[in-house]
Amino acid sequence: MSLLLRRSFVNPSSISITKALSITSLQKCGLATVSDKPFTISSPPPAPYANVNTKPPKAALKLRSGEVFHGTSFGANIPVSGEIVFTTSVVGYPESMTDPSYRGQILVFTQPLIGNYGVPGLFKDQYGLLKYFESDRIQCEAIVVNDYATRYSHWTAVESLGEWCSRHGVPAITGVDTRAIVHILRDQGSTLSKLIVGDDAANENFNKIPYTDPNTRNLVSEVSTAVPVSYNPYGDIKIAVVDCGVKHNILRSLVKRGAAVTVLPWNFDFNKISDQFDGIFISNGPGNPTKAMETVSNLRKAMNSYKRPMFGICMGNLLMGMAAGLDVRKLRFGNRAHNVPALNMVNGKCQITSQNHGYALVDDKFPPSWKKYYVNVNDGSNEGIIHKTLPYRSVQFHPEAKGGPEDTEFLFDEFIDQIRSEKVKREGTKFFVPETIDHRTAQVA
Amino acid sequence: MYNNFIRSPSPVRRVSSILLSRVQTSIPRVSRGFHKTTTSTTRRILTPSITTTPFQNSCVTPSLGAFTSPYLRSFRPTTARISYHFYNTSAVQHQEESAHKKVIDETRDLIFADVPKVDVKKVLVVGSGGLSIGQAGEFDYSGSQAIKALRESGVSTILVNPNIATIQTSHALADSVYFLPVTVEYLTHILERERPDGILLTFGGQTGLNVGIKLEQMGVLKRLGIKVLGTPIRTLEVSEDRALFADALKEIDIPVAQSTAVSTIDDALAAADKIGYPIIVRSAFALGGLGSGFANNPEELHSLAAKSLSLSPQILVEKSMKGWKEVEYEVVRDAANNCITVCNMENFDPLGIHTGDSIVVAPSQTLSDEEYHMLRTAAIKIIRHLGVVGECNVQYALNPESLEYKVIEVNARLSRSSALASKATGYPLAFVAAKIALGHTLPELHNAVTKTTTACFEPSLDYIVTKIPRWDLSKFQHVNREIGSSMKSVGEVMAIGRTFEESLQKAIRQVDPSFKGFQSLPFPDLDKSLTVPTDRRLFAVGHAMLEKNYTIDQIHNLTKIDKWFLYKLGNIVNVEHDIKHAEKLENVSKELLQEAKKKGFSDAQIAAMLNTNEDQVRKVRKEYGITPFTKKIDTLAAEFPANTNYLYTTYNASTHDVKFDDHGTMVLGSGVYRIGSSVEFDWCGVSAIRALRDLGLKTLMVNYNPETVSTDFDECDRLYFEELSYERVMDIYEQEAARGVIVSVGGQLPQNIALRMHQNEVNILGTSPVSIDKAEDRFKFSQILDQIGVDQPEWKELSSAEEAEKFADKVGYPVLVRPSYVLSGAAMNVCHTREALHENLSEATSVSPLHPVVITKFISPAAEIDVDAVAYKGKVLVHAVSEHVENAGVHSGDATLVLPPRDINDHTMARLKEIAQKVAKAFEITGPFNMQIIKKDNPDGESELKVIECNLRASRSFPFVSKVLGTNFIDVATKALCDKNVPEPVDLMAEKKDYQAVKVPQFSWTRLQGADPFLGVEMASTGEVACFGKDKYEAYWSAIQSTQNFRVPKIGGGILVGRDDLTNNDDFITVASALSKDLGHPLYTSSPKVTEYLAQNNIKATTLALPENDKKALHQVFENNNIDFVFNLAQLRASQTTDENYIARRSAVDFGIPLVNDSKCAVLFVEAVKRKRQESSSQAPGEHPSEVKSWSEFIGGKFC
Repeated sequence: MSLLLRRSFVNPSSISITKALSITSLQKCGLATVSDKPFTISSPPPAPYANVNTKPPKAALKLRSGEVFHGTSFGANIPVSGEIVFTTSVVGYPESMTDPSYRGQILVFTQPLIGNYGVPGLFKDQYGLLKYFESDRIQCEAIVVNDYATRYSHWTAVESLGEWCSRHGVPAITGVDTRAIVHILRDQGSTLSKLIVGDDAANENFNKIPYTDPNTRNLVSEVSTAVPVSYNPYGDIKIAVVDCGVKHNILRSLVKRGAAVTVLPWNFDFNKISDQFDGIFISNGPGNPTKAMETVSNLRKAMNSYKRPMFGICMGNLLMGMAAGLDVRKLRFGNRAHNVPALNMVNGKCQITSQNHGYALVDDKFPPSWKKYYVNVNDGSNEGIIHKTLPYRSVQFHPEAKGGPEDTEFLFDEFIDQIRSEKVKREGTKFFVPETIDHRTAQVA
Repeated sequence: MYNNFIRSPSPVRRVSSILLSRVQTSIPRVSRGFHKTTTSTTRRILTPSITTTPFQNSCVTPSLGAFTSPYLRSFRPTTARISYHFYNTSAVQHQEESAHKKVIDETRDLIFADVPKVDVKKVLVVGSGGLSIGQAGEFDYSGSQAIKALRESGVSTILVNPNIATIQTSHALADSVYFLPVTVEYLTHILERERPDGILLTFGGQTGLNVGIKLEQMGVLKRLGIKVLGTPIRTLEVSEDRALFADALKEIDIPVAQSTAVSTIDDALAAADKIGYPIIVRSAFALGGLGSGFANNPEELHSLAAKSLSLSPQILVEKSMKGWKEVEYEVVRDAANNCITVCNMENFDPLGIHTGDSIVVAPSQTLSDEEYHMLRTAAIKIIRHLGVVGECNVQYALNPESLEYKVIEVNARLSRSSALASKATGYPLAFVAAKIALGHTLPELHNAVTKTTTACFEPSLDYIVTKIPRWDLSKFQHVNREIGSSMKSVGEVMAIGRTFEESLQKAIRQVDPSFKGFQSLPFPDLDKSLTVPTDRRLFAVGHAMLEKNYTIDQIHNLTKIDKWFLYKLGNIVNVEHDIKHAEKLENVSKELLQEAKKKGFSDAQIAAMLNTNEDQVRKVRKEYGITPFTKKIDTLAAEFPANTNYLYTTYNASTHDVKFDDHGTMVLGSGVYRIGSSVEFDWCGVSAIRALRDLGLKTLMVNYNPETVSTDFDECDRLYFEELSYERVMDIYEQEAARGVIVSVGGQLPQNIALRMHQNEVNILGTSPVSIDKAEDRFKFSQILDQIGVDQPEWKELSSAEEAEKFADKVGYPVLVRPSYVLSGAAMNVCHTREALHENLSEATSVSPLHPVVITKFISPAAEIDVDAVAYKGKVLVHAVSEHVENAGVHSGDATLVLPPRDINDHTMARLKEIAQKVAKAFEITGPFNMQIIKKDNPDGESELKVIECNLRASRSFPFVSKVLGTNFIDVATKALCDKNVPEPVDLMAEKKDYQAVKVPQFSWTRLQGADPFLGVEMASTGEVACFGKDKYEAYWSAIQSTQNFRVPKIGGGILVGRDDLTNNDDFITVASALSKDLGHPLYTSSPKVTEYLAQNNIKATTLALPENDKKALHQVFENNNIDFVFNLAQLRASQTTDENYIARRSAVDFGIPLVNDSKCAVLFVEAVKRKRQESSSQAPGEHPSEVKSWSEFIGGKFC
């Protein structure tokens, strides 16, 4: 009895979308829902102990450098390949997994216990943005964890991590020495890997699929919006967001400060309509920045003509840097964490930042009108650039957090304040300040 | 003005009006120009704030220019800055120039432009005193780290701490040490004498903090021009005064538990009416939640408020949030306003149980990103607002069904939680906090673990730690086992694993090796045991799951423990069922065994389920190739290479992080602090490691106690933060191919597995475990003593009550009864009459051939002597003879020790040495050993000397004798154990000293509601202190004042005296007469019989009727008669709580009145009071009492 029930938690075939939806509708009625599956210690296990068949399906992970890791599957029963990367964040798997910057990657969590608080539902806020996710799907190819919690507990959760992965067709492996993988990646640098599930895993039958390198594709075009979309249209200032794979919390951070936001496709030439906007924002995004040269050339144009504030985050930093004349390089294994110290080169303050990038600007030489804005105190890599005279700047880390520390959220305040004061200078008029400003986040670090 | 400004250690950007008030009495407080480049217009309007900045009138320009002002930089020569490495680490120093160093070199000017340099050369560090419940070994760890940090920066240090067993009280660390009370009076004397230019108050627990605040309030620091380093006094005051604190947090819109400060019972009831029941009561300025509790109705609140108000002038009445999650953050802020949270922790037990008494996991497990970072951001906001410079702990209550949260408490100092956070993450919080106090900034400091990255980061954990407290409540009679908002545990363990199940099961075994893992204990009323938390609730959950088939929902509804934790416990239960179902070890598949190990099952635990033994399981497991993997704790989840030696083992892995080519010498630590084993064994362990390193040997420490210095990874070459079980020690020994194991410096725990290890071909260094076994086996030991002609009290093992009584009749009463099986109450008892013996054997114990009792002739009255010694191949190298003040019968751990003795004649001293010599030879001792010997004086002829106990290991008095005699016994022992550089024998007792030192026990009665403050054969003290003096009177005078809640009697104060039929008449009259006649105190008794007896001896006393059940009326009696001190010299343990002597003792504790409960101590104490009162009357103003001398002044040299 107990074994049968336990199996049902991990067997992906037993999970249906309708169930998840029905829970969602329950939650809308205000009922907090946690996993309440019967806990079955009452009856002794069936005799004799031979439950190999009732075990969850096996899964196996192979790195291109040759190492193989065995574990069990708790997601979709599909083989995948991608670039294998690790994050050292200790919280926030729903946020990470829906972050478009992880597109094409197999994500290893160093945080050993995963799935504890389940996965929340697809709620939207007053602006029509997702409340708990950074995009409307799981973006990473697969996840690799040490110890998956089959049963979860949280008031926002509507399904388990395994159920969520299965619904999205994302395979997941647990029972893997994630620390050993980090060692390999750290020492050898980034590599590709394959994850296979089921009988193939038991037999190490990895040859069914080839290794695919997502960085050869234009990942930005895969995750960017196809058509312009607006949020909070009545905001007092208008911001164009160049969507290279924007996280919803960037949009939330802008609209809750009163801005009207128009999300534009990555290769949209905003210069044509830039007069309609008080500021331009270049978002985060996945993969190799040199695949987005169209955006770079648009930015280059804008930098010469558009004197209004421009702000970039992550991929936005890379693209702005390239537009300004800097080179990019691929980092050995990237920076994906919530604990990275970034030193502000203007005021000497050190802030803890959330990061997710595999490329960085080469910043030992600067074009004359630009300078270093932030630098990574651990490895010395570039964390941001700032124009010496014009209101252009960008950062490599994620001030919008989700997940991760909120310490640099003030950069949004500064961006918005800059836009407003430029607007006042330009138009000489007073403007109203909407009441939606979140004062909690308006503290400077 | 700018001079002040530059030296101010605390720039506060926005200072609240609360923080600003009384700023004049504090050190000059000024803030830096932290200006935003752009400020939100609305925020300016909506949140008016007071900004103090020295630039306000001179050069305010809210621009970035202020940060790089050359004008500022001119005050701090940048060349004075160097980057520091972590002190004394064995690991390889980084070879190439790190990226961190490069970044810092490039940005040096920027980072420091805004930070005041703290210019100090000599700093006084305030220690925490004796270990007690709520304030234990963690402050030895934090203080040691602070002194290391200061020393590394070239600052000379003075340490005041009467806790002689600590590692910090050593000249290896501090330049000067004072073993004196941490009180305002003594600190003032020391400050006047030493004139340091700085003082560190946040490393000595609540004691250090309270004294610091008082020193400031009395103007002592200002008068002597002493800077408070780190967090400023005003911040400490605000964080300590709950009302001020709540107001301060209100200013920044951080929700605090709603509370009303009251100082009378009526006000408390009125406040509760407004807030609504249930109510929690907290007292301000109290250690670990002392005097706090819950009340569900006005009646309960009435009695709670009465008690709390007797401990604290002000209490807070707050809304109870039972069932909410409890979460903590450890935050660090530097003077440049850089902030990090080093660790967050979540309580397994929901809110309502003091965090010190809760099972805790780190990092939090059930919090989403939104919740985690909401609380993290709030924590940073709080410490910035309060202006903490250094380390701070923020505790929250979090609604389990929404984002609602409230701040429960902020500790602006190193705390128990910060020690745990340090050990859990590897981040040396105390060290960094001390550096910050000196004006360093986070970005410039190195991550001590990687040495190539910065200290300004947040550790990422790729493992989970579980902390479980250790209570020891069964040691006490009449004690209430419920746990709540007032802390009761005496120690804690921390276990590391890569699943919750693994770390929890390790922790359970660490707390008490008699537990094999998550298990069931019987509970008559299970639902109540689940609902009302006690020290054993985890096992009630085990009972409900394993035996009673409760569902997770049922258990959750009763306990409110988050279901996630219960699901994980369910996983353990499922594996257990699977194993049980296999019935035989042969039927257990490799997969199942692997699964069990991954879920933290021990071999012994598996064996017990399959009716086999541990060795069999171990054998099968190894045949399957299932062995643990060794992983590093490196603060950043392996992201950067780290040469850390901080290790743990896990089955949830497939590779080792380290190579095993060290072949070090293993030292087994002491495990959890408990009654009978605490910081003194940590001192022994650390001393052994230091000695081994001096001998050029590689060292390997195994211990799991987060409150210790031995678990600092910079103390040894390899630190295994692991179980001290046979299984785990063998795993490590085999993997490391260690060259030998030291089992004699960690107390009893390592000794328990010595023989088995020896039998399995482990190289145990020193005395053979076969000899250890002989000494521990009563029969073998007795036989050997007979052979070598050493006397011992008569004893016999008996298996029926009749035989027992017959034997007792033969040897005569009183007798000591040691049952092997105990039903209730304390394990050992002294029976003075046949009736008492009969009662004891029939009620408390069952006597049968299966459960025999040992009856020993109890020699009374007799003196007791402690002999600590080190031998080499059966020959004594050094020995120390300490005299107990109390008569034999008081546990040696609770005894007051005098060293060197002046009341034992040379002949007896020689005989004692001879006994030590004989024992060393008979057991072929190499290493430390300790004996307790009874000395019964005969009027005609030489004293009888009888050995009552002998342990072939270091004892709890080793640090005391080492520090008093100026010879590190463990250093000598380690050389003997390793057979390297062994010194020649020396008779330390032959050298006459011009000082005496007295070691006094520290009790924690206040914490143990209802427990009888009585001394007996069972140990009850939680710590100890020791002081030096020209004689034992002077030493005792300061030693007894070093214990918590003790103060000398006020002149003219009323004194309640008590006794029973067994109290020594001479002692009683000596004490009463001195108090009444010489010292002029009015005497009171609680019985006409005692008053009568005193009258017969011409001593006037008044009889008071002490109400039995009405605490308030009882308090009134004490108040009305101005009772200021209690001497209760009764010799018989109270059988009931209505016993008048129990009431007198317990009232003293509950009403915060000093208590002396032993007649010999009482005699010594009144004599000391007489001498000191006389001395102080003849003292010139400004002259310091003669005991105010540093340790090196007393012993004439510096000693490590």
